[in-house]
Amino acid sequence: MALISRFLLLVLLFTALVVSSGSGDGFTINGRVKIPQGLGTKGFALPGRTSNIKVILNGGQNVTFLRPDGSFSFHNVPAGTHLIEVAAIGYFFSPVRVDVSARNPGKVQAALTENRRGLSELVLEPLRDEQYYEIREPFSIMSVVKSPMGLMVGFMLVVVFLMPKLVENMDPEEMRRAQEEMRNQGVPSLANLLPGGGRN
Amino acid sequence: MAIRSFLILFLLFFLSSLHPILSLYEDQVGLMDWHEQYIGKVKQAVFHTHKTGRKRVVVSTEENVIASLDLRHGEIFWRHVLGPTDVIDGIDVALGKYVITLSSGGSVLRAWNLPDGQMVWESTLQGPKHSKSLLLVPTNLKIEKDNVVLVFSYGRLNAVSCTDGEVLWKKDFEAESLEVQQVIQCPSSDLVYIVGFAASSQFEMYQIDASNGELLKHESAAFSGGFLGEVSLVSSETIVALDSTGSILLTISFRNGKISFQQIPISNLVEDSLGPAVIIPSSVTGIFAIKMNAITMFIRVMGEGKLEVVEKTNHETSVSDALPISEGQQAFALIQHAGSEIHLTVKLAHDWDGNLLKESIKMDQQRGLVHRVFINNYIRTDRSYGFRVLIVMEDHSLLLLQQGAIVWSREDGLASIIDVTTSELPVEKDGVSVAKVEHNLFEWLKMLFFFLEGHMLKLKGTLMLASPEDIAAIQSMRLKGSEKSKMTRDHNGFRKLLIALTKAGKLFALHTGDGHIVWSHLLQSLHKSEACQHPIGLNLYQWQVPHHHAMDENPSVLVVSKCGPSSDISGVLSFVDTYTGKELGSLTLVHSIVQVIPLPYTDSTEQRLHLLIDADKHAHLYPKTPEAIDIFQHEFSNIYWYSVEDDNGIIKGHVLKSKCTGEVADEFCFDTRELWSIVFPSESEMIIASVTRKSNEVVHTQSKVIADQDVMYKYISRNLLFVATVAPKASGKIGCVTPEESWLVVYLIDTVTGRILHRVTHHGSQGPVHAVFSENWVVYHYFNLRAHRYEMSVIEIYDQSRADNKDVWKLVLGKHNLTSPISSYSQPEVITKSQSYFFTHSLKAIAVTSTAKGITSKQLLIGTVGDQVLALDKRFLDPRRSVNPTQAEKEEGIIPLTDSLPIIPQSYVTHSLKVEGLRGVITVPAKLESTTLVFAYGVDLFFTQLAPSRTYDSLTEDFSYALLLITIVALVAAIFVTWILSEKKELQEKWR
Repeated sequence: MALISRFLLLVLLFTALVVSSGSGDGFTINGRVKIPQGLGTKGFALPGRTSNIKVILNGGQNVTFLRPDGSFSFHNVPAGTHLIEVAAIGYFFSPVRVDVSARNPGKVQAALTENRRGLSELVLEPLRDEQYYEIREPFSIMSVVKSPMGLMVGFMLVVVFLMPKLVENMDPEEMRRAQEEMRNQGVPSLANLLPGGGRN
Repeated sequence: MAIRSFLILFLLFFLSSLHPILSLYEDQVGLMDWHEQYIGKVKQAVFHTHKTGRKRVVVSTEENVIASLDLRHGEIFWRHVLGPTDVIDGIDVALGKYVITLSSGGSVLRAWNLPDGQMVWESTLQGPKHSKSLLLVPTNLKIEKDNVVLVFSYGRLNAVSCTDGEVLWKKDFEAESLEVQQVIQCPSSDLVYIVGFAASSQFEMYQIDASNGELLKHESAAFSGGFLGEVSLVSSETIVALDSTGSILLTISFRNGKISFQQIPISNLVEDSLGPAVIIPSSVTGIFAIKMNAITMFIRVMGEGKLEVVEKTNHETSVSDALPISEGQQAFALIQHAGSEIHLTVKLAHDWDGNLLKESIKMDQQRGLVHRVFINNYIRTDRSYGFRVLIVMEDHSLLLLQQGAIVWSREDGLASIIDVTTSELPVEKDGVSVAKVEHNLFEWLKMLFFFLEGHMLKLKGTLMLASPEDIAAIQSMRLKGSEKSKMTRDHNGFRKLLIALTKAGKLFALHTGDGHIVWSHLLQSLHKSEACQHPIGLNLYQWQVPHHHAMDENPSVLVVSKCGPSSDISGVLSFVDTYTGKELGSLTLVHSIVQVIPLPYTDSTEQRLHLLIDADKHAHLYPKTPEAIDIFQHEFSNIYWYSVEDDNGIIKGHVLKSKCTGEVADEFCFDTRELWSIVFPSESEMIIASVTRKSNEVVHTQSKVIADQDVMYKYISRNLLFVATVAPKASGKIGCVTPEESWLVVYLIDTVTGRILHRVTHHGSQGPVHAVFSENWVVYHYFNLRAHRYEMSVIEIYDQSRADNKDVWKLVLGKHNLTSPISSYSQPEVITKSQSYFFTHSLKAIAVTSTAKGITSKQLLIGTVGDQVLALDKRFLDPRRSVNPTQAEKEEGIIPLTDSLPIIPQSYVTHSLKVEGLRGVITVPAKLESTTLVFAYGVDLFFTQLAPSRTYDSLTEDFSYALLLITIVALVAAIFVTWILSEKKELQEKWR
């Protein structure tokens, strides 16, 4: 226990040192969130409406909001590797890994964690927009035909109008043979018709 | 052959028409789900009613929310939920268009655009040392035509420009221990006073030129008696404070920079001593209030330090701040409780005896006392002043009073839910009277009409022929027409009551159909009292769930709370009827409550037995009935439990020993014995999470049939515990540790024997860990520092000892071990399978769907950092996933392995909504096996129904009955037509 507390003290001292050596209190991460005008036109978050977007540092340690121009900043960030997430309804943002080094303050290295793409400057753009709802397909005759009821009707029509034709076109010989076969086999069960049904 | 191939074709066609989607269409929003927005207990309110147009009030709350509310209806115009550590210290409106907020202990100052809530600027303030933080928006103070905000924080006074947040000047107050109390603006000058205490007995006053930050004067004076707590500002150059014993009133005047004390013992003002006094902070000119025990006194400052008691009352009283109404006049509001009514009085500051307004308003007893009052005025049509008052109640609700009535109220207590459980609704009663039948007949006809009309509209909708008005009509019909908000039990079990315990100590019952409040009850046991100073609600348990024997009884819940934050303080139990919301009884216990164990036994009235463990490791049985003790004695040796001591890194298993051997004979008290303990090395491991299975979870099948006709037996035990530990260095936030010095160790422990069944180390990983345990698997979420991404891992645990039961002959001959008793003491042969995947987001909560019989496949419900809830199929977290699954595995439903878990936007159960400040997700099974009810809570509430494998056991809501009818009619018609045709044909054949 004593070991831990001494250890913790060391950690505290260490961070205190970084803070004092940095520009006042830790470092500042400045960035910008940019939402392309093309995306989100069928929108939940209207393009340009940035007031409900949150920027989150290290899974909730700090939360900040966007200024009208889309910029944001985190102050008093200690040196280390941090994670920035953007929470915006309607868009999918990749979390960003940000390295803040004590040696060259002001220089920020950033990379998207989803696709490991490096960023030369901290400008975050959505990877894609998110559509939360299914889109209703417009009415088509196919959708009615494809529905279970449509299929029932269709099947019936086929049986009524095509089957007699099939039977008519059959060779009488073959017909007799088929009928015989049927008599031997009995009524074909559904299980026999299904692929792999014969196994059980 | 032709028939056969045709049928196959038909089947394939049929199957292909089923869309494999789980999501919903935009017009289905609000059909099964509801969403409620709250803000929490209001701390501060600023009215904005000067301009014409929308009247609004800007509030900050204890849930770190700032919101702009419509003053007419109480609706939210806009709202922002700040981070969990970003506590709001002060808000104000500047320039009439910006809302200024000071938060995070005075280090963050933000300005928001008043009409739409867009953040305009943000600036960070720093200073030499920690101090109280104060925000002052001076009127008419300009520096180079720029309006200024004054902020005192971290021992520094900052003047910040209103337009861009730039710090114009700053002034440090290095005086070692200055505890600043007030920042006061001198009226009609650019002077600012800063007053505070130093070294507990020194009064300090600084006079600052607000235009440039120059220190004009610094005076200090010592007072041997010391100071206590708050001060009250009675004029711009006088404050009132109390000495450290709370018995002497000090009037401190600093007029023209000269400090003078006036001491008046309280005993001079009132004859009888009532104990130490407390100042109620307010800022009314010439008047202040003190509170001694239950007595509130209003004291007028007469000048020359003379004080006079103007009113003494033992009713609960709240005072608002002063509101300047006209030149030199200030009004303030006073609210007093009197029985079931509250009396609102508005007075002028200099005229105590005259009332501007006196109204009595009937108040619901379940709202408790008035905690805060905010006053605002308006000008009536006859040019006189009218007043509206915003009050915050004990249950955290917010009410607007105007003209003697409650204009609107908001139940903002629901923003701080501690625990949720569910209860069934009453069964629908039979026996309908004649009058009701007649009425019903008429209703029925009407219903039929509506039904037909509705279906015509719906048909139009499906055929996409509906006009926009029709669509709107369909939508409103769907939303209100269904029986979802009825107060009785339904066949499918969708209608239930959600019982929620809030931080204010109020219990709410919400209907799952539409989220309306069925009843609410402010628990008397959670009310502040002599015996219980700071009651804290802890948990809710199902106390009585009558279903077989005791159908006439109403179900009830047990509310467990304790009297203070420490662990050895006494506990309180209360029992609440869930149909009526009545408190059936409450017990203030002599012992403390550390752990509550609901036992799997019930008595003849279906009351569940609960075991309460206190801080001295005694177990107490509830309910205290002879029957309960009888049942308990039977199972005495079968009761095991565990405790996790996070700080010491110890997990212990316990068992009952004997009756208590105390001085007082208590047959419901038992001594306990420690059975086993696991001690984690404190220098390398620290417990950060422990999760166990839900005790009421149902598992349908013990085994899993895998692709090659093989069987794997799940290791299903109620006594499994998942524990995650991290390196002590890595217990902080992300970014403070390197991958080399952090690790995460995960254990699966049997809680009866203390045996560690499985242990995994994830090197270079750290917390926070969120985990969920179900059936034979556990899924946990953590941060991988090497990849710098979040990861989710799954561990599945299988029983190997039963693996050789696959042989059919063994089963036939009875040589299997399936019927052998399963005991935790037998050495289990288990194998585990695990796999890890990347996951994009941070987590706030995780849960798993639960269904009535456990047949339906499971989905994980993931509360992401963006306050959304994502449903992720458990099949994505299957350790048997491989890059190239075989054909057989594909048929079984195994998804090819990918390195990260997919996030499909359509599978967000909260769709385009946010559950701001998300804290928890609970799932409750419906009676219908395919469906589960999901409730997510935080500052907002969200409820929906979910069918993880689609609703395979019922027709969906959008099923078109009309189309079915039409089809049937068409088929019947076709039969007749073909029949007639064939008849004709036959006749013709015969004629030939």
